[in-house]
Amino acid sequence: MSKIVGGTRRVPSANCGTRRVPPTLSRIALFLVFVAMSAAVALAAERFPPPDFTDHKLPETSQPSPRGLLLDYLDLAALAVGLSLASYLAIVRRSRRGLFLLTIGSLLWLGFWRQGCICPIGSIQNVTLAVFDQSYRLPLVAAAFFALPILFALFFGRTFCAAVCPLGAVQELAALRPVNVPAWVDHALGLLAYVYLGLGVLFSATGTAFVICRYDPFVALFRRSGSVNMLIFGACFLVVGVFIGRPYCRYLCPYGAILGLVSKVSKWHVKIPPEECIQCRLCEDVCPYGAIREPTVALPATERRRGQKRLALLIGLFPLLVWLGFWLGTRLEAPLSRLNPTVRLADRIRQEQTGRVEGTIDASDAFRNTGRATENLYGEALALSATFHTAGGWFGAWVGLVIGVKLIHLSVRRRRTDYQPDRAACVSCGRCFWYCPGEQARQGWIQEITPLQRNV
Amino acid sequence: MTNSSNQKLDRRAFVGNALRVAGAVGIGGAVAALAARKGQSREWVWQIDPAKCIACGNCATYCVLDESAVKCTHSFGMCGYCDLCTGYFHPDPIALNSGAENQLCPTGAIKRTFVEDPYFEYTIDEPLCIGCGKCVKGCNAFGNGSIYLQVRHDRCRHCNECAIAVSCPSQAYRRVPADDPYLLKIREQKA
Repeated sequence: MSKIVGGTRRVPSANCGTRRVPPTLSRIALFLVFVAMSAAVALAAERFPPPDFTDHKLPETSQPSPRGLLLDYLDLAALAVGLSLASYLAIVRRSRRGLFLLTIGSLLWLGFWRQGCICPIGSIQNVTLAVFDQSYRLPLVAAAFFALPILFALFFGRTFCAAVCPLGAVQELAALRPVNVPAWVDHALGLLAYVYLGLGVLFSATGTAFVICRYDPFVALFRRSGSVNMLIFGACFLVVGVFIGRPYCRYLCPYGAILGLVSKVSKWHVKIPPEECIQCRLCEDVCPYGAIREPTVALPATERRRGQKRLALLIGLFPLLVWLGFWLGTRLEAPLSRLNPTVRLADRIRQEQTGRVEGTIDASDAFRNTGRATENLYGEALALSATFHTAGGWFGAWVGLVIGVKLIHLSVRRRRTDYQPDRAACVSCGRCFWYCPGEQARQGWIQEITPLQRNV
Repeated sequence: MTNSSNQKLDRRAFVGNALRVAGAVGIGGAVAALAARKGQSREWVWQIDPAKCIACGNCATYCVLDESAVKCTHSFGMCGYCDLCTGYFHPDPIALNSGAENQLCPTGAIKRTFVEDPYFEYTIDEPLCIGCGKCVKGCNAFGNGSIYLQVRHDRCRHCNECAIAVSCPSQAYRRVPADDPYLLKIREQKA
């Protein structure tokens, strides 16, 4: 029975038959193996000493270099130009056609040429990891990819989603027969994006996984290769996207959730009618993403009192909801920590030792070959589980907070006199003003607004 | 009345502006601070630590590329130039020649050339290599371990989350600085 240690060297017999040796002896042997292993790369005893050739030159080991940094900065420049163009086309030029062309351009560049990596959606995790892990250095390009679209959203709304994001672009082109999603479904599913954001932050903060990248639905399409699961996942989103506009952006995209929040305070957001709204409802009809809010009607006093009571109740319930979320979240420790490779390995080793599973797997064999003490691994897994206990609590509190804020938000009545885009949900695609008779008259496409168009 | 509504609007605009400026400065500053931390803002790429690699073969199948970005690398200075190379031949070869039935490599990506008696040189034909690690296993088990797997950076897409790293059973995948992107084995110096 031989053992490969450190991938470079076989230890002939030091480890043979350790199973029958008393535990202390085997531990000493293990220790010796460990010492030998830690020096394995340096010592690397040669079984067959390399020959000294007289007239044969040894070939060089080839080391093809990575893609130059220059190209990364080129992507960054493309993002900045794309964002500026999208903001200009949406807000100054008000050109749906321009936005559409830019969408295709972004799809080609960031999607098919750069194959969907790097993107601002995934950069959330790089930033989170950099915050929580001191040893991880945030690449400059990832930092800029995270910050730029948010900075643009602060002033212009979600113009990144409109025409720069390659994932948005795919769905923008797929939305052929959009149907109206009932408001309650839309609101309820919209919460998923915040939950997903919470999960993405949780798993990257604990250094476990970049789940947002792992479940990117369209990256397999951009690369025209990928695992079967990812292809099916992406295809499902595309098929659903034909009928429900931008399903990923609206119900799952964590970066869209951030941009939506930021966009609420944007200075120059897309406006539908250039001057006065004639209440024709064409914009509401044409928006595939259900982002147009209708004018409000004044409610009778009894209704208003009931609304106020409901709001007071919800505000009172809010802390309870957050606390309940925290409590439930701490219960999620076991399922959440299962995604961590170290916890999973410790689990497997324990099962093998207690005889609950037969045989070994590559991972447990590899662990045993390192000669590390199992107690060491168990300790590490235990510490990680404790981290997941706290992190799960925070995640739960976040979900509670999101639900609470949503309920309060739905209970607050705002006054609107015209049809307006909901700043959080609107992706500035430009369809609304493209169809607006006021805009068409301004552009000179129609002579004047006819009484027929002037509805109601 | 108009005066007060104007004031209200002004207050709204002021709060909005303050929020925007605070947000811009906050996000820009925080991200810049993270990126410039310790003044070491280098790019990082994925690489395999050959000391941890167990040549399980996941690299060949889990890479997002159809033809894996991981391929075989040969440190010629460590190689024993054996006639009976356990990285090149099947455990029980019919003859020690380059017949396909004798080779371990499923794609015939290793070239065996005679150097001088009794030494043979083995070179990797990279376009043919699929990164399955069969030769790595053979060389590690009975040879000097001079053949090992490395991420080829001319092929790697630098995914944010490497699919191979996720599936690696021995956690041999890690990020290394982009200006020194290979973890090559070298022959130790004789004292």
